[in-house]
Amino acid sequence: MLTKRIIPCLDVKDGRVVKGVKFRDHRDAGDPVALAEFYDSEGADELVFYDITASSENRDIILDVVSRAAEKLFIPLTVGGGLRSVEDMNRMLKAGADKISINTAAVQNPELIGMGAEAFGSQCIVLGMDARRVTPGDLRWEVYTHTGANGGRVTGIDAIEWAIKAVRLGVGEIVVNSIDADGTKEGYDLELLRAISDSVSVPVVASGGAGTLDHMYKAVVNGHADAVLAASIFHFGEHSISEVKRFLADRDVPVRMVEP
Amino acid sequence: MNPTIVIVDYGAGNLRSVEKAFEHLGYPAMVSGEPETLLNAEGVILPGVGSSGSAMAALEKRGLVEPLIEKANSGTPFFGVCLGLQLLMSGSDEDSRPCLGLFPGWVRRIPPQLKVPHMGWNQVHIKQEHPVFSGVDTGSYFYFVHSYYTDPADDTLIVGTTDYGIDFCSVLASENLIATQFHPEKSGEVGLKLYENFVRMVMLKEASG
Repeated sequence: MLTKRIIPCLDVKDGRVVKGVKFRDHRDAGDPVALAEFYDSEGADELVFYDITASSENRDIILDVVSRAAEKLFIPLTVGGGLRSVEDMNRMLKAGADKISINTAAVQNPELIGMGAEAFGSQCIVLGMDARRVTPGDLRWEVYTHTGANGGRVTGIDAIEWAIKAVRLGVGEIVVNSIDADGTKEGYDLELLRAISDSVSVPVVASGGAGTLDHMYKAVVNGHADAVLAASIFHFGEHSISEVKRFLADRDVPVRMVEP
Repeated sequence: MNPTIVIVDYGAGNLRSVEKAFEHLGYPAMVSGEPETLLNAEGVILPGVGSSGSAMAALEKRGLVEPLIEKANSGTPFFGVCLGLQLLMSGSDEDSRPCLGLFPGWVRRIPPQLKVPHMGWNQVHIKQEHPVFSGVDTGSYFYFVHSYYTDPADDTLIVGTTDYGIDFCSVLASENLIATQFHPEKSGEVGLKLYENFVRMVMLKEASG
């Protein structure tokens, strides 16, 4: 049976992990490759590097990070952040990424999805979607871009319609990030997740808001997510990946258990 | 000198992760798209992601179709990965172009009521022994990402199956030929074990002349 995936996400800036990390016995908590190896050994099903490097002269550092990671990691690696062209995607895949996540660039230039899927296959192209409720309590969400800075920009595009369109254009997976829930640690936006997951044929990854193990359980059971992505819950050592998996397995959610 | 394993480069898909897996095992493989190099190989890896039609077109363009068939039929250990499994079949729903025809059977689209692609870690239930699966437990998890699956004509060649709403063939083998629908190079330790076993298969074959 296909298992639900647990995916740690590392924000990387100028080649270093950004968010604070607390680990015992850890050699270099700021090195994305060392941290990625640690998560791999703990049973992470995939890894995401999200590059938030601002200055253009440091943009190539992530290629080196990805290349080093690819020598040590034998699980899938997705890389996102600042990729704007098929050539950008190609360089990242050549460096060793398995999937490319695009967000703002896909909204600005939807053809990029089709060009990427044509060149590398749909399985390589992940749509990262940042969405926010139009009004609280309302079952309508709008897509935001440029969420790296100042809360992002509203596009006026309906999140569900955008998801359906992106799949038609060729994405093989969608990461749904709720701006309302992100950083709150109060749980994923389950209604948003379910609305997207039930509307598209491709796998959906829950992102934004995980604070407890139960939040992750609800994302797959109530939100119909195929995978859960989280950052701080793992980085701050609140919960280990194996704890998440045990919690889910005890509640009959299929997961891949890894012997320590 | 160690026997040479060639990873077939036909300009499609990401070969780097397969290459890195063999480097990690301490047995570097050679990436090549040259028919001559392929014909001299003692072991062949046929990787691939993307569509069967464009992959077959690329193999034809590079003159690799005949050498691949020759290697497969000459007893050289041969490992197909993901699309590299599908390409060994007679043909595919995905494209009207015939595939290599090394295994009779067809490649079909995953039914639309299921999420497509089938993406993530799923179990392989081992149906019969094979040297490449030596020391691997039945029910082990491997990483899959595919929208089509193989439906072989000869069920006796099925080495492993996987349940995704449909029960499909995830490992197919006959003599020197083995192919997996999942990606060993993305399946952690147990995946690397398959490549390690394949290396052993290549060395044994050479040692036995």
